[in-house]
Amino acid sequence: MWAILSILVENKPGILFKVTHLFRSRNFNIDSISVGVTENPEYSKMTITTYGDEKQVEQIVKQLDKMIDTVKVEHLDEHKTVYRELSLFKIKLSNASDSMEINKLANAYGGKVHDVKKESIMVELTATPDQIQAFEELAKPFGIIDVARTGVAALQRSGA
Amino acid sequence: MNKMESMTGAKALMTAMEKEGVKQVFGLPGGANLPMYDEFSRCDIRHILVRHEQSAAHMADGFGRVSRKPGVCFATSGPGATNILTGIATAQADSAPMVAVTGQVPVAMIGRDAFQESDIIGMANPVVKYAFQPRSAAEVPETVKKGFFIAESGRPGPVLIDIPKDVQTNEAEMVFHDEFKIKGYHPWTDPDIVNVERAIDMLLHSEKPIILAGGGTIISSAFAELQAIAEALMLPVVTTFKGKGAFPENHPLSLGPIGMHGHAEANKMMAEADCVLAIGTRFSDRSVGTFEAFEKRLKIIHMDVDPAEIGKNQTTQVAVVGDVRASLRIMVKLLLQKQIKKTEDNTWIKHVKETKSYWKENLKLHPGEMGAAKLLRKLRELLPKESIVTTEVGQHQMWASLFYDVIQPGTFFSSTGLGTMGWGFPAAIGAKVARPDVPVVDIAGDGSFSMTENSLATAVLEDIPVIVFLLNNSSLGMVAQWQRTFYDRRMNGVEQNHCPDYVKLAESYGAQGIRAQSMDELDKAIKTALSSDVATVIDIPIDPEEDVLPFVAPGTSLSDMILPS
Repeated sequence: MWAILSILVENKPGILFKVTHLFRSRNFNIDSISVGVTENPEYSKMTITTYGDEKQVEQIVKQLDKMIDTVKVEHLDEHKTVYRELSLFKIKLSNASDSMEINKLANAYGGKVHDVKKESIMVELTATPDQIQAFEELAKPFGIIDVARTGVAALQRSGA
Repeated sequence: MNKMESMTGAKALMTAMEKEGVKQVFGLPGGANLPMYDEFSRCDIRHILVRHEQSAAHMADGFGRVSRKPGVCFATSGPGATNILTGIATAQADSAPMVAVTGQVPVAMIGRDAFQESDIIGMANPVVKYAFQPRSAAEVPETVKKGFFIAESGRPGPVLIDIPKDVQTNEAEMVFHDEFKIKGYHPWTDPDIVNVERAIDMLLHSEKPIILAGGGTIISSAFAELQAIAEALMLPVVTTFKGKGAFPENHPLSLGPIGMHGHAEANKMMAEADCVLAIGTRFSDRSVGTFEAFEKRLKIIHMDVDPAEIGKNQTTQVAVVGDVRASLRIMVKLLLQKQIKKTEDNTWIKHVKETKSYWKENLKLHPGEMGAAKLLRKLRELLPKESIVTTEVGQHQMWASLFYDVIQPGTFFSSTGLGTMGWGFPAAIGAKVARPDVPVVDIAGDGSFSMTENSLATAVLEDIPVIVFLLNNSSLGMVAQWQRTFYDRRMNGVEQNHCPDYVKLAESYGAQGIRAQSMDELDKAIKTALSSDVATVIDIPIDPEEDVLPFVAPGTSLSDMILPS
């Protein structure tokens, strides 16, 4: 199963290394990771997505929770959580009509267009990983020059 | 809050350690920790000089396991720090309380590949409970306070404090707080009584219940509680190797250690049981064999202080998280309240006792006069029951598991998790520092003892008289056994060819060396060593072909024992 983990950590140097090292040393894999400071500068929030069966995810949560620098570890319920990832796609423009087509595609996914040049166009998309994946599939025939993705950021919905 | 006082970081370190009750540290000086060493002449902490930093860590480890207070070791930066890593990793693998203090290059030099610089924080992080690197002198008191607290609380472990040289020399207004908070650290959970009730219910409704006591039982000193429960419910007790001696091994309900080199009767009964009360154990592969085979047959009740251990290696039916002594106390109380007490009159316990007695009488032992079983039984016969024993790592360690009965709980220590050769002798020195009032013996093999034998200098010069009981087969015996068993006797890299002469070696350090080539000589040697006030090495030549048996081959289950033919 795909799991979204929200980890509140002390905002100190080296914590990211410790958390990612924990995944490596315990034989788990990180699917995506994003980190940013919280409203309280003493803490940072990491969102890590990973794959594993129920037992493995439970064990990842326990091992993360055991770390002294982690203040709170939550396994978020995907259905009660808002989760988004930012992605940037640089797409090739081969024909005169490509630019319009890509604009339409970007609009359909709520994306924004940047840096339009004769030979390429950049699309910024903030969406779920599935939606980004779907956009990528549709953009592929135009020719994708480069992609950058941030990893998921997630917050549980109020009252969930 | 205590009053502020201006002092250097090095002085603050010593003051803070004195406040933690530290009476001695084990270490070796170098350029980057000299300001700290300079403070030894101005404080009451005894410095015990080692010959290699790895031994300093093992001594601190031995001290910590016996005293249950963090043992402290000191090393300089760079190679000094990297040398203690093996000792730190060993303490981590066996949950031993330890504080390692390393020197570091000055803050401004960090990251510039300075002379004797190593990123010890980065290297040590995977093998410590926590690592600190104070960047200003004023941080030192709180760092030490937190470090000792983390090392000894909950599931104990090693803490590293890496102090840059300028942090040691700089002066600051120091505040020695008694209170502090570590937000993300919750070392204790109160055991859930409902789960303890469920555990009792499960044990009572099982036909073949058994107790598996692990190292956590020893760390928590839950000996009396364990015995009370075993006796009330008439449960046979097996231990992991690390849990060896959690339960008196001369008790009628004791079956001794299970596992790769466990007792035949312990492995047999564990393989037949239908429900296990597992206390303070991580279900090591060396203890339970293949994980799948183990959990498939059994209902598992798991008690552990570390919630992350629940479900890590074995699926459990009932989990009780909390200090195991506290959990067992609740169980004892409930058993008394409900007046639950079983008698010996049941099929399972009769079968257990018959099996035990069969294997005690029928396990084939080495026929020679100086077979391992006879040697270790002689040692047991002559040692007072309160003696502390450590072991090195190898065949002798497993013979100790099989043939040296621990009578007084909590007096047997070994490197069981990391399996560190060279651990036993320095750990024995640390243990003797913690308990100078009892004999301390390192059961050793020549391969393992060779790795830290230079600690003889420490034992002699620091007047720490331990006994090395050296089963000398002039080889790396366990590797040799595996080569004989699994590699068609292709013997590579295992011969030690009677070098050195351990009697002369001991004497050259100013210790006592005695060679024992018969049981009479051994009898005299042990008695001489026990009455000596100097460290003694008893060199006992043994048959290099003697194997440790029974043996559960790696990757197999406990029911697949290789037995002596």
